Order: sequence, then C-alpha cells, then structure tokens
Amino acid sequence: MLEVNGINAYYGRAHILHDVSLGVGGGEVVALLGRNGSGKTTTLKTIMQIVPPETGSVHFDGEAITSLATYKVCRKGIGYVPEDRRIFSNLSVAKNLEAGRLPARAGLAEWTEDKLFKLFPNLRERRGNLGHQLSGGEQQMLSIARTLMGNPKLLLLDEPSEGIAPVIVEQMVRTIAELKTQGLSILLSEQNLHFARLVADRAYILETGSIKFAGTLQELESRPEVRDAFLAV
Amino acid sequence: MGFYFAQFLTGLASASALFLVASGLSIIFGVTRIVNFAHGSLYMVGAYLAYSVVNWLPHGVFGFWAAVVIAALAVGVLGAVVEFVLLRHLYRSPELFQLVATFGVVLVIQDAALAIWGPEDIVGPRAPGLDSVVRIFGEPIPEYDLALIVIGPTVLLAVWLVLNRTRWGTLVLAATQDREMAAALGINQTLLFTSVFFLGAFLAGLGGALQIPRETISLLMDLNVIAEAFVVVVIGGMGSVPGAFLAAAIIGELNAFGVLVFPQVTIVLAFLVMAVVLVLRPQGLLGRPEIHAHAPAHVREAPLQPFGHRQRLAVATVIVLLAALPMVAGDFTLVLATDILVFAVFAASLQFIMGTGGMVSFGHAAYFGLGAYGAALVVKHLGGGMVSGLVAAPLAAGLGALLFGWFCVRLSGVYLAMLTLAAAQIVWATAFQWQEVTGGDDGILGVWPPGWLADRTAYYYLALVVCCGAILALRRIVYAPFGYVLRGGRDAPLRMAAIGIDLRRHQWFAFVIAGVFAGIAGGIYVYSKGSVFPDELAIPRSVNGLIMVLFGGIQTILGPIVGALTFTVLEDQLSRLEYWRAILGAVILFVVLIAPQGIVGGLARLADAVTDRSMREAER
Ligand SMILES: Nc1ncnc2c1ncn2[C@@H]1O[C@H](COP(=O)(O)OP(=O)(O)O)[C@@H](O)[C@H]1O
Ligand SMILES: [Mg+2]
Repeated sequence: MLEVNGINAYYGRAHILHDVSLGVGGGEVVALLGRNGSGKTTTLKTIMQIVPPETGSVHFDGEAITSLATYKVCRKGIGYVPEDRRIFSNLSVAKNLEAGRLPARAGLAEWTEDKLFKLFPNLRERRGNLGHQLSGGEQQMLSIARTLMGNPKLLLLDEPSEGIAPVIVEQMVRTIAELKTQGLSILLSEQNLHFARLVADRAYILETGSIKFAGTLQELESRPEVRDAFLAV
Repeated sequence: MGFYFAQFLTGLASASALFLVASGLSIIFGVTRIVNFAHGSLYMVGAYLAYSVVNWLPHGVFGFWAAVVIAALAVGVLGAVVEFVLLRHLYRSPELFQLVATFGVVLVIQDAALAIWGPEDIVGPRAPGLDSVVRIFGEPIPEYDLALIVIGPTVLLAVWLVLNRTRWGTLVLAATQDREMAAALGINQTLLFTSVFFLGAFLAGLGGALQIPRETISLLMDLNVIAEAFVVVVIGGMGSVPGAFLAAAIIGELNAFGVLVFPQVTIVLAFLVMAVVLVLRPQGLLGRPEIHAHAPAHVREAPLQPFGHRQRLAVATVIVLLAALPMVAGDFTLVLATDILVFAVFAASLQFIMGTGGMVSFGHAAYFGLGAYGAALVVKHLGGGMVSGLVAAPLAAGLGALLFGWFCVRLSGVYLAMLTLAAAQIVWATAFQWQEVTGGDDGILGVWPPGWLADRTAYYYLALVVCCGAILALRRIVYAPFGYVLRGGRDAPLRMAAIGIDLRRHQWFAFVIAGVFAGIAGGIYVYSKGSVFPDELAIPRSVNGLIMVLFGGIQTILGPIVGALTFTVLEDQLSRLEYWRAILGAVILFVVLIAPQGIVGGLARLADAVTDRSMREAER
C-alpha cells in the first residue's frame, strides 16, 4: 500500500535521511522505532511531502506521490497525526473535527462525528470546548479523531504514546487495535518498544537517518543486541 | 453636550470606514501572514471605481448602492488576481520580500489609477436619499454618517457569521492558526488563500466605495489610509475582526475628540496608542499570542568572511576609482554619485539592523530624516555651521533611535516592524504638523555647505570620505564581538539568554547604531540638497531603503551598496518617463519573484547551488 524507496531528505544543508526504504501493506500496523532525533518525524513528514525528499520515491496504492502538494497527499488517503498534536486551540472540538472532514472514500465506511465519539467517549462531553481547554490525552485523541474525519486508508501516527497518562496509553492500544480491525493500515513512530510490541505487526529501526533493522517484532525480540544498540529501553 | 454627542457620532462614522479597510487587512494577515501594503491601494481603487460606476448607472438610490457593491466586488476580484499572480509565490519568503512586493503593487496601481482617472482630485456624488442632515440634540448630523454607523456593525456581524458559522470560515480559522497542519488535513490552501484575498480586498473596496460621499477621491488615498489601517490592525490584534472593530472605534473617537484638544497631533495620538498597546499587550487587544509560530524559512546566510588580500585590494581599487570619478564626470553625475554614497550608508545601516540584528524595520526613514532635520534645525534655529550640523545629524537620529528602540526591541517579527513603522509615522507627523519649528510641508530651505565646499566636486569628496568611512566602520562592528552576539541572538535567542547575555540591551544598542549611521547619511544628504522636507521621513523613503537592501540581498555585506547603486540609478533613469512608478514597481516585482536573494545574493546562491550539488553528488 505504501512503498518508500531510497529517500534522502535535508533540512538546509543537513542531510537527515539516508536512503530510507520501508513499506506498509494493506491492513498492517508497522512501527518505526528509533531514539530521539533518529529521523522518525522527518520520515513521516517526507511521506506527507511536508519535507519533500531530495531523491527517492514514495508510492501509495501504486501511484507516485513524491512532489505532490501535502494536501493532495492527504486526499489520496494518507492521514497524518503529528507528534505535537497541533490542535487548533481556538476552535472547538466539533470545529476541529469539521476542519479535518473530507468526502467519504468509495468502498469504505465513512467516519462521522458520532462514530468518533464512540471511539473516543471522552471527547463527546468536550464537544463545545476549545482546543486549548483539553488535557494532553484528550488533545491526542482529538488529533487522531480529526485526522480520521478525512477517511484515510493509511494513518501515520507520530509517537502516539508520548507524554500521556498510562490509562490513556492503554486506551490508545485498544484504539489502534480497533482501527486495525476496521481495515486501516497504520505506520506509527515510537521510542517505546513496549508500546510497539502491543500494537504492531512489523517494525523498522531508524538510527541517524538510516534503517538498521527491518522485521517482525518476534524477530526483534530474538535479537536483543539490535534492540540494545538502537533503542533506549 | 449635543456638540460632544455629534462629535462622538462623527468618530463612529469614520470608524466604520476604517474598520472595513482594517478588517480586510487583518483577515488577510491572519491567514497568509502577508503584510499587505497594497491594501490601501485596493481601498483607493474601490473609491475611484464606485465613482465611475455611479456615473454610469442611472442616477438614484438603487444606482448608488449598486455602484458601491459592484465596485467592492470588482476590487475583490482585483485582490484575488494580485494574490494569484504574485503573492502566492511569496508565502514562504521573509517579511521583507512580501512587503516590498506589495509595495511594488502600490506603485503599479498608483500609475494605473493616474492613467485611468487622471491627476485631479475628484469630488464624489452624494448618496441619494441620504444627502441631508438630521438634528440630534440640536446638532446637525449628516444622514450618511448615520448610515455608515449602521453599516460598520452590520458588516462586522456578517463577517463574524461567515467566519464562525460556515465551513469556509472554520477552514480559514484553522489555516490562520497552523498552515502546515491545515495542509496535512487535506485543506487546499491555494484556493483558500485566494478566497481570503477576495474577501479582504472586497472589504477594502467596500470601505473605499462608501467613502466617496464623504471624502474627495485622490491618488493620495492609498498611503494615507494604509498607515492608519496598520495601526488599527495592530491595536486590535492581527487576524481578529472584532479586534479591528474595537480598535477602529478607538481610533475614530480619538481622532474626533483629539481634534478638539490637540488639533496639531491627532496623527501622533493614534501611533502613540499603538505603541503603548504593543508594549503592554504585544498581541493586540483581542489578538491571541501565536502558539505555533511557524517562521518562514530563514534566508540562508553565507558564512561571514573577513576580507582577504584580494578583497582588500578590490575595496582599495573601488575607492581609488571613486576618488578619480570627478576627473571624468560632470556635475550632474557627481550629484548622482553623492546620492548613491548617501543611500549606500542608509541602506547599509538598514541592512545592519535587519541582517545582523534580525530586526525588520519598516520605518528606517525616521532616522535618515531625523539626521537631515537635526542638521537643518541647527542651521535654521541655532545659526550653526556645517560642522555642528553634521554632528547634530547622527546625534538627533541616535537620540530618536534610543527612544524608539527601547520600545521596539521588546517585540519581534511583524509586530516589531509595525512599531518601527509607527515610530516613523510619529516623526513624520511631527515634522509635517509642527509648522513653527520644522516649516511643515514647506520644509527647511537654505541648508548649504560653506563656500569652500559649495563646489560639487569638493562636496563629493566630503561625501566620499564620510560615507566610505561610515560603511567600513559598520563593517567593523559586524565583525566585532558585538556583531557576533547580535547574530547569535538572531539565530538562537534562547541560547544567548542561557549563557547570560542581555540580548535586549545588545539589540537596543544595535538599534541606536543603525539610527546613528542613518543619521550620518541624512546629514550628508541635506547639505547636498540644501533643503529638507517631510518626505524624507515618509513611508516611501523607508520602503526605498528596503528595496535597496532587497536588491542587494539581505545577508551580504556588499549588498546594500550594490542595492543603493542599482536603485538610485534606476530611479534616476526611470523618473524621466511618464509612468515611471509602474515601471519601477514592475522591476521590483520582477526582482522579488526571480531573484529573491537580491542581485549579490542571487549570484552567491547560484555559486552555492553549484557547489551544493557537487557536494551531494560526491557524497553519493
Ligand atoms: N526543522 C528542522 N531543521 C533542522 N534540523 C531538524 C529540524 N527538525 C529536525 N531536525 C533534525 O533532524 C534530525 C531528525 O529529527 P526528527 O526527525 O525529529 O527525529 P525523531 O522524530 O526521530 O526524534 C535531528 O537531528 C533533528 O535535530
Ligand atoms: Mg519525532
């Protein structure tokens, strides 16, 4: 479904991503692991073309999306949830959702506000609250819900477990499982191996902008030296 | 009592017009982050167009209001077109480029209006059915004023509903807050921005069209209204429509009552209020502090390199050539060359504050003009000679910069730029209105150098020595530890604070230095012209400085000199032509779009790109 092929990305002159290749299949949950600063966010941003890669290609559903405008990438069916949530803080919860709404996709059930409130019950009573009145966990949920309003086929989640309370993390695990059963593909970035183990089928490990490991989580379990070298556990 | 109430209503009526212009400006700024200098031009076009359409439609109530709406719609389309062909290419550029580009549009529209409607002021028609007065508490109030008082809040309500009750409004507010996130959610901002420009321009056009029964229509409307509209937007909070309304009401009333108390200083009052609001509440009365301040990509700075042998040789050669110029050039060329030297110093001081200091100034003419006036006043009122005049020039400018700088360094980005503009307008208004001291509009004449310097060649040598000395001194400052602190503060303010450097104090000092050098330029200038007028302090002079910096490239030391040379020669050549403003505007737009790094910067970037590519290829 998503194929990233040998991308190189720069910030100014700083070479951040070195020939990164990865893939996500239909209905799969894939974790992109790596320490702080290893290039996870940058990878997701290159997929969204927020940071267009200098070389290499990104294909989605067999179609090249490299050098498309970001909003077009989104409309192809890739939803992006940034690590800092980026809630529209002076808009209400309902309007945040409205801002993310895109037409339904053929053959897929359409997300509605009501369905999202079933998935994230905490948001329902916060419907009229402004974004900046929400707690960190609620903002994370709203950010995901807002992106789901665009009816994506693939969801990019940047560190969904970062900086939220343990109960909410558990809820997040259930949510990701639920989204998976609904047929959504997910690529999530994580520093937390424990969280990834609970939700992901496969994993990649990034270190200073290069892929150092690719395989299932079982394979990663069986190679503690890899884990110890590239992840802070 | 009745009189004051009437005055109050007059204030509200002018507030309505001001609100219409300012709300459009505010919406456009909120979403696109573009400080649109051309917004006043849209207002002016609205007035001219309404006048033409009124004459063309059958006379009557319907004809008048239809003309107002048609004119506003047409201006809306014009705004969308400007966005489409020009501004959308500049969303990621630094403020300087956007501002200068919109000023290019100002010049083009000026000449277009001149060509279409001619240079004469036009008295607009009265509004049919609203052309008499009603008595309130015995005072005559124009009916049309009452209509305006109703129209203002009505438009506020309509705009508020559009922004808060429609999907379009939700998307606009979302994009106002976080453009990058909006794009990631699939919002097509190109379309959104064009429609925002349409709405903003429509409101400006409406404001202009509604003004025609109250104000004569002239080619001065654009810059007259823009400064006041900026004030309103900043006081209200950029991006806030209710804020614009509140601020317009404050300014409207301030003008209405200020006229009674201090008839001389009404303009100054507005800017003073703005300065106070900015210092106390930098985001404006109803504005929100920015949460995701996505600064536009920094212009990449070439590493500063002290002069090597070759560069020293080149500088020496240029100076020798300049010294030899009088042997081949006539008086006319020497006058031009003197101007170029003066503006090279002016532009270099502006480049210093912007490039090295990282503080964008939209009002640098204040210090140039203070220098010129400082020297002229010494001659006029104290009977001083040229030496005391040339000492007074940097002193006056430095004192002005000391005062305004204290306020300005408390802000950053566009708000800082706005405050510098306000400061310049205060100085301009003072020079313009304080007839007894400054001569007002008539300026100060007879500021000539003493006999031994009266000769063009002799004065050219004086200018050459002073200006070259000034530029080399500025360069030294850039390379001194002080310059490094400033650049550090520009790029990483938090880090500077962490190592215990009082950045604000350094910036304040830099502000004063820039002022002093602009003052030196102003001093040399006034003795070469023999006179000074408020124009030296006005917006176009500030913008000219910005254009020179832009032509030269903001991050190069050599830039301002090349920029001053290019601009001064260009202006000299063009101003012989009939529609020279439009041509100059077109040249500016061309440079902004094609060579956004300026002439020197553009060449450097070209070299850079070549080495960059080979670096990356070597790496692979
Ligand atoms: N906007 C930026 N400009 C310059 N460098 C950046 C920028 N964003 C991130 N970087 C650098 O890119 C590298 C990768 O960062 P990032 O992709 O955010 O890593 P991660 O998400 O894995 O923590 C880091 O070294 C970081 O310092
Ligand atoms: Mg990250």
